[in-house]
Amino acid sequence: MTSIDMHHSGTTQQSSVFTWLTSADHKIVGRLFIGSGIVGAVGGLVLAVLVAFERISADGFQILDADNATQVLSAARLLLTLGGVAPLVLGLVVAVAPLQFGSRSIAFPRLAAAGFWTWLVGLGLAIASIVGNGGPGGGESEMVDLYLAATVVLALGVLMVATSVATTALTSRAPGMGLLRSPFFAWSSFVGAVTLILTVPVFVGTSIYVYVDHRYARAGFGGNVGVSSWVGWVLSQPFTYVLAIPLLGFVLDSVTTLTKSRIAPRPAANVAVGLVGVGVYAAVTQSPVTLPWEGDSFLDGLADKIGDLLPFALLNLVPLLGVLGVLGLTMLAVKGGKPSLTAPWVFAVLGLLMLLLGAASHVLLTIEDAGLIGSIFEAGSYVAVTFGSLILALGAVAYWGPKLWGRRIPDKAALPLALLAFAGTAVSSLAYLVAGFADQPAGALDGFSYEGPQELWNVLATAGFALVLLAMLAFAGLAAKSFRSGEAAGDDPWDGTTLEWATSSPPPADNFAELTVVGSEYPLADMKSNDRSSSTGKDA
Amino acid sequence: MLALPPAPQPAPRRQVFVGTAIASVIGTMLIGGMLAVWLQFRADSPTREGGKVGFIKDWMPEKIKVPEVAANMMLIAFFVVCVMAQWAVWSAKRNDRQHTGIALGMSLLIGLAALNAQVFIWTQMGVGIRDGAFHSMFYAATATFTALLVSGLVYTVVAAFRYLARGSAGTEILSAHALYWYFLTAAFCAVWFVIYVQK
Repeated sequence: MTSIDMHHSGTTQQSSVFTWLTSADHKIVGRLFIGSGIVGAVGGLVLAVLVAFERISADGFQILDADNATQVLSAARLLLTLGGVAPLVLGLVVAVAPLQFGSRSIAFPRLAAAGFWTWLVGLGLAIASIVGNGGPGGGESEMVDLYLAATVVLALGVLMVATSVATTALTSRAPGMGLLRSPFFAWSSFVGAVTLILTVPVFVGTSIYVYVDHRYARAGFGGNVGVSSWVGWVLSQPFTYVLAIPLLGFVLDSVTTLTKSRIAPRPAANVAVGLVGVGVYAAVTQSPVTLPWEGDSFLDGLADKIGDLLPFALLNLVPLLGVLGVLGLTMLAVKGGKPSLTAPWVFAVLGLLMLLLGAASHVLLTIEDAGLIGSIFEAGSYVAVTFGSLILALGAVAYWGPKLWGRRIPDKAALPLALLAFAGTAVSSLAYLVAGFADQPAGALDGFSYEGPQELWNVLATAGFALVLLAMLAFAGLAAKSFRSGEAAGDDPWDGTTLEWATSSPPPADNFAELTVVGSEYPLADMKSNDRSSSTGKDA
Repeated sequence: MLALPPAPQPAPRRQVFVGTAIASVIGTMLIGGMLAVWLQFRADSPTREGGKVGFIKDWMPEKIKVPEVAANMMLIAFFVVCVMAQWAVWSAKRNDRQHTGIALGMSLLIGLAALNAQVFIWTQMGVGIRDGAFHSMFYAATATFTALLVSGLVYTVVAAFRYLARGSAGTEILSAHALYWYFLTAAFCAVWFVIYVQK
């Protein structure tokens, strides 16, 4: 525990812009990702509110027009998924996972830093191309090309970071820390990095095909209209699950720490997180799995039906079981612990509930007989997963912010924001799910009509988006204020059990002053116990 | 930030080797994904009379001829590079700098020959990139693989400099370098079969 006591005066950060631009320190890279992610998410939410508002009156456009509606829709998804959730999650992983592994640094730190700048340049170019009438379905040919090239650049940035994280997990753990003994967030970061490594290259390869075809031939991939159908899967489910995987580890870590409990079937938690990784296969296949149950009797052609059911279960039900498993283990931990109302675990539980809603509704979406494919039900499911991930990411910032910035966000101010974001997500998601049953088409902003209170569902969705935007802006303001001038957090504000709390807040460049030898899944708890034993011995 | 004395360095766990293995997995998924899309297009194309072999998929236009000798030589070159890269590892482990240098030089030379063969195939096939789906996809797939091949050549140069600078401490990068060429060889086997043999 000497490392805890050494670094209090070591918070004189090198604040020059040059340091931030050139640093390969994983904490700085992580913070750059987190800051950019919050900006990207706010931008995406503003556009999402615009899109939802346009859907209220389907008779004509109010703010947007027919020329830019598709671009705004594309930009909203791009910013929310790859400009918001992805950088927030990657930032947390890059900043926290090496600390949890007890590593002095992330593996290939310059690769991780280059990954951030590559991602940022790719995102900037992609947004610029959409503004210039490019993007999926865009009307300006050169800009569509730029969009495709930019998303490849962005994806390469993500891959660089994933490589760095996965290598850290495999090579840079503290002595005695097996992969299954590592903290839940570190384990889920590894699973998330591996799933990114397996899925994102497929996106890159397909994008290269579409780019070359669009630029030179326009023969095989449907021109600008085909962009969405070939590479749009990266902005929808099940790929969005892949981005959420590390956040499941945050739920498990934060709830067990903050409720002073432990998850007894620890391997079950690791398996549950791994099961969500099975979603990788669904992402790679790039097409919805449907469930044909035709036949006069349930038992007719049972062997064929089981044959159909198997891939369906593997691709859709297994990830859902994983999320359910995490929720069940979390509830067991809460039941067996001493829960006190702290913001991070409220964010964690509410975000997880939204993730579950998204995963369950996606299963329903993939059943062809439900007739929901092509309806706005897909957007409801996407909103639940993506906004649920945002809620979880905000909770993780509240949880690990004190470690990364040295100051904490006050619980009383953060708690209402968790409830606000949850309410907004639930309202907007459920409104679109219901509108999907009423056959409101996906992707259309006007010119549709169906029976039922059409305007009500879209007003509710708009209000929900606005609430989430409000919560996001308020959280960003609160975090900026708290991390600059808030209450000093101390090295171990949550009485943690894992190694990130065993060093100063914020940690020094080399993370740890001493090499820790890990003897259990809760190394810091062991160190505290040893300290108590030795002080008791001295007293005696 | 307070300059701390760094913690003792844990035993090295082959970071470069593991990183290269992960890069190889990324490359495998990239090439595998591209070939999967290629096969999907091929499967969706109509059939036509293919002479001695009966009906074949009308995917590659009839007038295009694959220079099979060059493609086969390119495949053989990859296997030879693997042998050379492994020879470099073998020599380096025995602290034989001279043979390590020769092996790495041969790896680079034969790798360049493979690159030359690829350029030869492009010029001989005379595929116009604007002429259709097969044409654009052919260049997309082979150029992506060529980018991986060029990165392998750069890796060879970097590995040579690292080894020559660090001596026996630099043997890990040679193992990683050999692994990367094994991946390139496996990937080219798939490209060779799907694009140049099965067509």
